[in-house]
Amino acid sequence: MAELTETRSIPVAVRLRPVEWARRHLFGTWYDAALTVVFGGLFVYGAVWLIGFLIRSDFEILRVNLALFMVGAYPRAELWRPAAATVIVAALIGYVAGSASAAAQARAEEAGLPFHRARPKEVVARFWPVLAFIGVVLLLTSTPTPWLVVVSALIAGVVGYLAGRGQPAPVRRFAWVWSVGLVVVAYLVLTGSGIGWDRWGGFHLNLFLTVAGIGLAFPFGLILALGRRSSLPAVRAVSITYIEFIRGVPLITLLLMGIFALGFFLPQQLRPGDVTRVLVAIVLFEAAYVAEVVRGGLQAVPRGQVEAAQALGLSPWKTTRLIVLPQALRATIPAMVGQFISLFKDTTLVVVVGLIDILGASQAANSQPEFLAQGLHEVTLPFVGLAFWVGSYTMSREARRLEKRLGVGER
Amino acid sequence: MTARPPLWRDLRVIRAAAQVAALVAVGLLLYVLWFNLTNNLRRLGITTGFDFLDLPSGVNVADNPISPGAPLRRTLLVGIKNTFALVVVGIPLLTVIGVLVGVARLSTNWLVAKAAAIYVETLRNIPPLLVIFFVFFAVILQLPPPRTPLVFGGLVVSNLRITVPWVETGPGADLYGWALVGGLLVAGGVAWWRTRVYERTGRPHHRVLWAISILGVVAVAGWFLLDGPIRPSLPVVDGQRVSGGFSGLGAYYAMLSALVLYTASHVAEIVRGSILAVPKGQTEAALALALSPFQRLRHVILPQAMRIAIPPIISQYLNYTKNTSLGIAVGYAEITLIVFQAIGNGRPAPQSILLLMGAYLVFSLTISALVNYLNRRLRYVTN
Repeated sequence: MAELTETRSIPVAVRLRPVEWARRHLFGTWYDAALTVVFGGLFVYGAVWLIGFLIRSDFEILRVNLALFMVGAYPRAELWRPAAATVIVAALIGYVAGSASAAAQARAEEAGLPFHRARPKEVVARFWPVLAFIGVVLLLTSTPTPWLVVVSALIAGVVGYLAGRGQPAPVRRFAWVWSVGLVVVAYLVLTGSGIGWDRWGGFHLNLFLTVAGIGLAFPFGLILALGRRSSLPAVRAVSITYIEFIRGVPLITLLLMGIFALGFFLPQQLRPGDVTRVLVAIVLFEAAYVAEVVRGGLQAVPRGQVEAAQALGLSPWKTTRLIVLPQALRATIPAMVGQFISLFKDTTLVVVVGLIDILGASQAANSQPEFLAQGLHEVTLPFVGLAFWVGSYTMSREARRLEKRLGVGER
Repeated sequence: MTARPPLWRDLRVIRAAAQVAALVAVGLLLYVLWFNLTNNLRRLGITTGFDFLDLPSGVNVADNPISPGAPLRRTLLVGIKNTFALVVVGIPLLTVIGVLVGVARLSTNWLVAKAAAIYVETLRNIPPLLVIFFVFFAVILQLPPPRTPLVFGGLVVSNLRITVPWVETGPGADLYGWALVGGLLVAGGVAWWRTRVYERTGRPHHRVLWAISILGVVAVAGWFLLDGPIRPSLPVVDGQRVSGGFSGLGAYYAMLSALVLYTASHVAEIVRGSILAVPKGQTEAALALALSPFQRLRHVILPQAMRIAIPPIISQYLNYTKNTSLGIAVGYAEITLIVFQAIGNGRPAPQSILLLMGAYLVFSLTISALVNYLNRRLRYVTN
């Protein structure tokens, strides 16, 4: 026994010298070396091709159409509205981040735990794709306005963060009120002078459909999930039928239903616009998926919690609201982000029913007389791809971080 | 004998009342929708039944001889066939690519792992429709026109259609097909028998060797006996026409390659996660038994990982199938595009779309039933 404890040593992460590292990670065996040569060649070729592509391509089509890609057919005279809304949303994000940070610090102090406040360097490391995308957009601008918007948004974000950090605890308790207020203000600015969402387009439309789609689908999804776990057979049957029906069909069929057939199911006087129709379809679709996500969270709540609540004499409603849901919803956050990303990507399907989102803008730009049939899809589509990649990649990384922080799956 | 609680606190009464209330609410909603639907259809003079299926579709299907005068139900079947043409070719392809990339991402070779990671993280985070658009508009439509096609490596490629080497069938092809099926059955039976022998006696089974040999003998002997029932056929350009080989529309290849690459990136993530989910002790035990890296993967890691991976991979197959409906965006005549065009030709939208949903639903529910069955079968039996 004594010998064992003597010989045991703590494994230390050794920093290998470059030659050692290459021998271990690139040339371990003969086939490893062969693979390294093949893939090394591919990497070099890819890099050379990419640089050549960037030099040889003409980005004029993006420069001219930047507004089309970002906001679609939004009236050009009113472009200050999306700009102002961007600044407001930046302030909102800063404020939420600041409040969350302050709240986390307060909780940590109360529990006597160390609190690690994110340094600016770490924030940049986490959100570098977003910053890179903003950089690309700024490179493509020909007017000073976007610079102004980005600088104001940055300032608004920092001010919002400081406000969130610095606010006294009693004010912080109403953080959600101020946040909702900012959202309402941004919405009012955007829809001012009669520009309802049926006239929105571009990347702005993708973001709107994603946020509104998940937001509006959430209550329905919650009800469906609770219905699916209900002890009442009739309620359960209705929920399961709806969820399985929706999950069994592609989103496109619902979009077609929304565009071509929704009118038939409504009273004659109601004639919703195209974006509204699409939004209805998306909400109906997402409700089923949100329900499944929430169901996963509900299943993660140990049975003992419900039994303990019942032992305390809580009513079924109170058990659900005070004991089950807070724990279940916390556990669903990572999966919810996953669903959010999936919808974000799916919003491009509105192209099929004729809306001009950012992908539709790419098609529209390529059919303008001065850019027609010049093979410029290879310029516009990667730009659109970058917009989605930045959003999805960042969000999925944040979800993974949250998952670790919340310890989901470890308890 | 306890006194019964008053009616409004009797649990049975409350439960019954709640269910009746829920059903009434749903029924009322459905009734309102139905009422509006029939009202609106009658007001606009649109047919309310499904008789329109027997009327001419008015839809011209690219690459298919069916005429626009054929009844819609037959055109829909052509659409379903085209959907399946994507599914049956795509699913094996995406499985192979997905598993390879998933394993490659865990490679000890830094370059291989990075290449796999770049592939997965790029494809997974962009919309599938964008991938399809890119392949179709930025690659396939930029190819030379059909009059001056590109010819390389047995492929004849133009921006309209792509012709690949295929086989041409001779007179005995049907018989040869049945012979192969028979050979496959016999090979399966022998493999099963070898497995039984191995389990009883412990002698080496060589079941793969046996099965391949039997199938090989049947294939070769049959080919010579029937005097070459199938022969390779290379596409040849003569003037304006391409003959031989298997010719498909550019839209088909765009859909196939884009969706396969996109879905494979998701499958690769599933495979990677499942391999990581196999306890580390298994690898260590395999190392202790001095298994080679390949044996370790083949006999210890993958069998356990696949148990975890199969249900989510099947749900990716389902997503792939649902995503074939994006053919509508590049003009590939699968069922969604045909329904879309039929609606454009004045067929009633609500019924047509319900039919379309029904087609996807039948497929999805069949697969879900399969997944549930597999989930039960694959669960560890712990006593």
